[in-house]
Amino acid sequence: MTATPTADKRRVRIRRRPAPRASVVVALVVLVLFALIGLAPGLFTGTSPIETDPLAALRGPGAEHWFGTDQLGRDVFARVLHGARPSLLLGLGATVFALVGGTLWGLLSALGGRAADQVCMRLADIMLSLPELLLALFVVTLLGRGTVDVMVAVAIAAMPGYARLVRAEALVVRRSGYVEAAAGLGLRRPVLIVRHVLPNAIGPLLVLGTVGFGTSLIYASGLSFLGLGAQPPSPEWGAMLSEGRGFLETAWWIGVFPGAAVTCAVIAVNVAGRHARTRFAGGTAR
Amino acid sequence: MSSAVTPAEPARLPRVLRAVGGRLVAIASVLLGAATLAFAGLKLLPGDPVATLLGPQTTASPAVRAQIRSDYGFDDPVISQYLHYLGELLHGRLGESYQLQQPVSALIAEQFGSTFELAMSALVLAVVIATVSALATAGRRSALRSALGAWELVAVSTPSFWLGIVLLTVFSFRLQWFPVAGTEGVQTLVLPAVTLALPIAGVLAQVLREGLEKALAEPFVVTARARGLGRGAVRVRHAFRHAAIPLLTLSGWLTGTLLGGTVLVEKVFARPGIGALTLQSVNTKDMPVVMGVVLLAALVFVLISQLTDVLYAVIDPRLRKG
Amino acid sequence: MTGTAATEPLLVVDGLDVAFPGREPVVRDVSFTLARGECLAVVGESGSGKSVTARTLVGLTGGGARVSARRLAFAGTDLTALSEARWRALRGRRIGLVLQDALVSLDPLRTVGAEVAEALRTHAVVPRDRVGERVLELLEDVGIPDPARRARQYPHQLSGGLRQRALIASALAGGPELLLADEPTTALDVTVQAQVLALLGRLKEQGTAVLLISHDLAAVAELADRIAVMYAGEIVEQGPTERVLAEPEHSYTRALLAAVPSGRAKGSRLSGPVGPTRAPVPAAPPVGAVLLEVAGIGKHFRAPDGTRHDAVRDVSFELRAGETLGVVGESGSGKTTAARIVLGWERPDAGAVRFRDAPWSELPESARRPSRGRIQAVQQDPLGSFDPRYPVARILGEAVAAAGLPGGRWRATRAAHRARVAELLDLVGLSTDLLDRRPRDMSGGQRQRVAIARALAPSPELIVCDEPVSALDVSIQAQILDLLADLRAELGLALLFISHDLGVIRHVSDRILVMKDGRVVESGDAERVFTRPEAPYTRELLAAVPRPIATVGAVADPAAQAADPHARGGRVLSGGAAP
Repeated sequence: MTATPTADKRRVRIRRRPAPRASVVVALVVLVLFALIGLAPGLFTGTSPIETDPLAALRGPGAEHWFGTDQLGRDVFARVLHGARPSLLLGLGATVFALVGGTLWGLLSALGGRAADQVCMRLADIMLSLPELLLALFVVTLLGRGTVDVMVAVAIAAMPGYARLVRAEALVVRRSGYVEAAAGLGLRRPVLIVRHVLPNAIGPLLVLGTVGFGTSLIYASGLSFLGLGAQPPSPEWGAMLSEGRGFLETAWWIGVFPGAAVTCAVIAVNVAGRHARTRFAGGTAR
Repeated sequence: MSSAVTPAEPARLPRVLRAVGGRLVAIASVLLGAATLAFAGLKLLPGDPVATLLGPQTTASPAVRAQIRSDYGFDDPVISQYLHYLGELLHGRLGESYQLQQPVSALIAEQFGSTFELAMSALVLAVVIATVSALATAGRRSALRSALGAWELVAVSTPSFWLGIVLLTVFSFRLQWFPVAGTEGVQTLVLPAVTLALPIAGVLAQVLREGLEKALAEPFVVTARARGLGRGAVRVRHAFRHAAIPLLTLSGWLTGTLLGGTVLVEKVFARPGIGALTLQSVNTKDMPVVMGVVLLAALVFVLISQLTDVLYAVIDPRLRKG
Repeated sequence: MTGTAATEPLLVVDGLDVAFPGREPVVRDVSFTLARGECLAVVGESGSGKSVTARTLVGLTGGGARVSARRLAFAGTDLTALSEARWRALRGRRIGLVLQDALVSLDPLRTVGAEVAEALRTHAVVPRDRVGERVLELLEDVGIPDPARRARQYPHQLSGGLRQRALIASALAGGPELLLADEPTTALDVTVQAQVLALLGRLKEQGTAVLLISHDLAAVAELADRIAVMYAGEIVEQGPTERVLAEPEHSYTRALLAAVPSGRAKGSRLSGPVGPTRAPVPAAPPVGAVLLEVAGIGKHFRAPDGTRHDAVRDVSFELRAGETLGVVGESGSGKTTAARIVLGWERPDAGAVRFRDAPWSELPESARRPSRGRIQAVQQDPLGSFDPRYPVARILGEAVAAAGLPGGRWRATRAAHRARVAELLDLVGLSTDLLDRRPRDMSGGQRQRVAIARALAPSPELIVCDEPVSALDVSIQAQILDLLADLRAELGLALLFISHDLGVIRHVSDRILVMKDGRVVESGDAERVFTRPEAPYTRELLAAVPRPIATVGAVADPAAQAADPHARGGRVLSGGAAP
């Protein structure tokens, strides 16, 4: 409604990118901080996360132990920092695995012909009829417990959702005006797929994947909390929470701080993901 | 599109029958798929099922093992085991637990009430919170809106198991308002239900508000206002129905989150229920029970999605056939 | 106040300003009056502030707008200081509002009858038990046959015309003295548009004041007593309809009038300054051998419920090199399907298309691919035909790379590529500054030029244009039509030009095909079809076209146009329509 396009050559409406809001900046800072902590927890604390000190067991948060100590006298702050790497890697690995698998699955479905489409989508339907966590539990039953198994389980549970999205996007893009226009120039099918279909179908997936990273973090740490993922004494957030569950009455800090770390990470991821969604939503104009 | 003339309805009853038939086929095919998936899982389970069945510390003789193998039909060809399994399912038999030596259906039925109670109270709570939050803030720019928006973001991002632990710490251990565990009475239900409901309420509120705001921006709202309708009346009479449509699309997600969430929440609050049963079975690799729960979840999902389809058509005439 | 009410017109707008927070004012110092039984048309292009003006008159400007006026009065009531409750008493009861496209302006989840009844109930116009009856009367009054059945239907089940009437019925339910109609006929086919305008005309005769808002001067001319022309938030000209059309004072009005294709002699330029400075469009190239032969093609689709829909039935035509064939018809007449068959995107069920005296539609895609460059397409909405990630440089670069360079220089260097892209941009009158721009950051006219440039890249012999100017404002439309005419002359292109707009078709076409329900009902030389139509449907179509402008606007003077400073290829297109 602003500029009249009458003066066609001169006045042009330029879509201004929305300036990132303060919350987005904070979220990105938090994410970078978490990444640094994950890469080098030693930079932020000199205390060992696994060294026990029975004399200092179950101390509350204070100047010496910021987040208190657990039942074995381990420093909770150090454990939370050292837990960043396994916890974030678990969620990140599951997300990447799910995205790659889902993309291949969806593209096979969209471009692989009728029979492949039927098989792929029926399988997705069945898997989507199960709650994600239950599906992950089912896979863990098959694979057994452990960090990698939980990662695979969470990824498999998330995959059919991504596959469906990729298939839908690929179909839309394949029938879009620009693919038709490119085909009208005489471009061949494989060129069309690589140059136009794939990149345009993947955009929305990456945006969804950001939010999916948050979900994977929750599910992966949830499975660890259920005792199926990382095993004690490994300082993984979900596993720490599980240990802390037994000491709520006397030492709430053992469970509350690792959980707060998960929550902070997920909030930051969600804020960033939402920003990505609003920013790139226009990029998939059809 | 030219004006669609509603055809005279000479064949109304058959059409209804066809529609119902179609839905039954849809339900059956998802259940068959889930059953097949579960069966495949059973067969893919590494290790000797007899060993799993007997537990780690057994000293059963080879003869006993062979007996068990033939009792459970482990020696039959896979395809006949599959057909046998489907046949049993048709009769409502989900098999027998490896560990507890009881029919799976009985185990599930025993735990169903507690989980149903939890899931339903959480659902009602979530819908109420979301509706209030969305109706109060849709289309307004105010401090209240940003506060509620922030609250929703935190709710959406908070893992339920951590939320449960925080609530337990504060309300049970510190303030002692609610019991720490147990299933007796409404008191024991409050914290688990809130724990399960809050993340769901956050998502519902966001979707509902987005739907309301989208509907309020439509030209028909201007037309309705130009007719003399007030803001409130436009929201209730026009916009709310439009906002309900995206909410319906969430029903599948909602079912899954409620069912999956109970596993975690029951663990946090040490409540018995389907979730606790599932977790126990996963831990002991009690595949028949896990399969039973998977089938139950698929059944609930498919029933709800069929109901959703019907509701879509009730709300949106554009989706009705003919 | 009461003293003025007796003598003052029904609606007085004096010095109206509307601004949204943080933006330039969208309505500036707008003044007009409207009496009972009178129709004032406010005409302007999108963004001129005309819709905002209408909404302000029912107190629904929205968006935290700041509204101020020296006087804004309806029937003696000052509207600037009205409480929400008093606004609600006015809205729907004394002032009715009709928006464009009833498909979205009526609540799609409610029946048409419920929407009309809502207006009756809100103001308790009739007793509760009479509401149902009154709804049917209202629907009947606006010319909806079988109102009892229609009242139970939903907007999507009605045709565009019936839907729009139902919307008007809901606005009339309260018996308003003033009806604001914002683009009430824009989404409608011409024949239906004429009916809806006639309905508004009857209301006017019955004493309702009608404020008609439109982008289309031709459409409103018949109904309006007076016309106000808006540009960039201001009324630049206002006066009796005949006077504004015959002797437009403002340059913008003249540009608007001149840009209407039906008003200009064929071969004359639509855009650019009016008067003696306009160059004639270069003469069309000599028509050559038969290029495209369409013989008896048919195509049907199956609806999801199994019913058969014949989109195209037994359509035949020829197109010669350098010729422009116009295909005209209302929505659903099969013109787009026919175009897609010609382009090779759909395979006909019956008949065949031959191109350059060789099979075309029957070829497998692999055999057609090498010659695809010879037939190119320009769509109505170019945005959808560009990869959203691509800037102009890549869009054209891809086309150039796919086509090779003209003259067989296949192994092109980067520099040669870039030179060709620049050449294409120059052909369509765009500057190379736009190379880094993405399509969604460009104006509608620029996008359409890029689409044309891409279509030109493979040096095609035929371009299929499917409603290429329908989404554009009339002045931009004029520029694009001029561009196509220039290119045609310069490059010897043949055009298959599809449009629902008879004026546009008449302006561009050598020959015309009139389509209805998938069939060709009439074909022939363009001037013959327009002056001596044979098929009854063609006559009906022509009769529905609003006329007045055709008689007033034709001021082409070829002699005077000879000396045109803009003559260089005719490609210096007016940005100068603005006042």
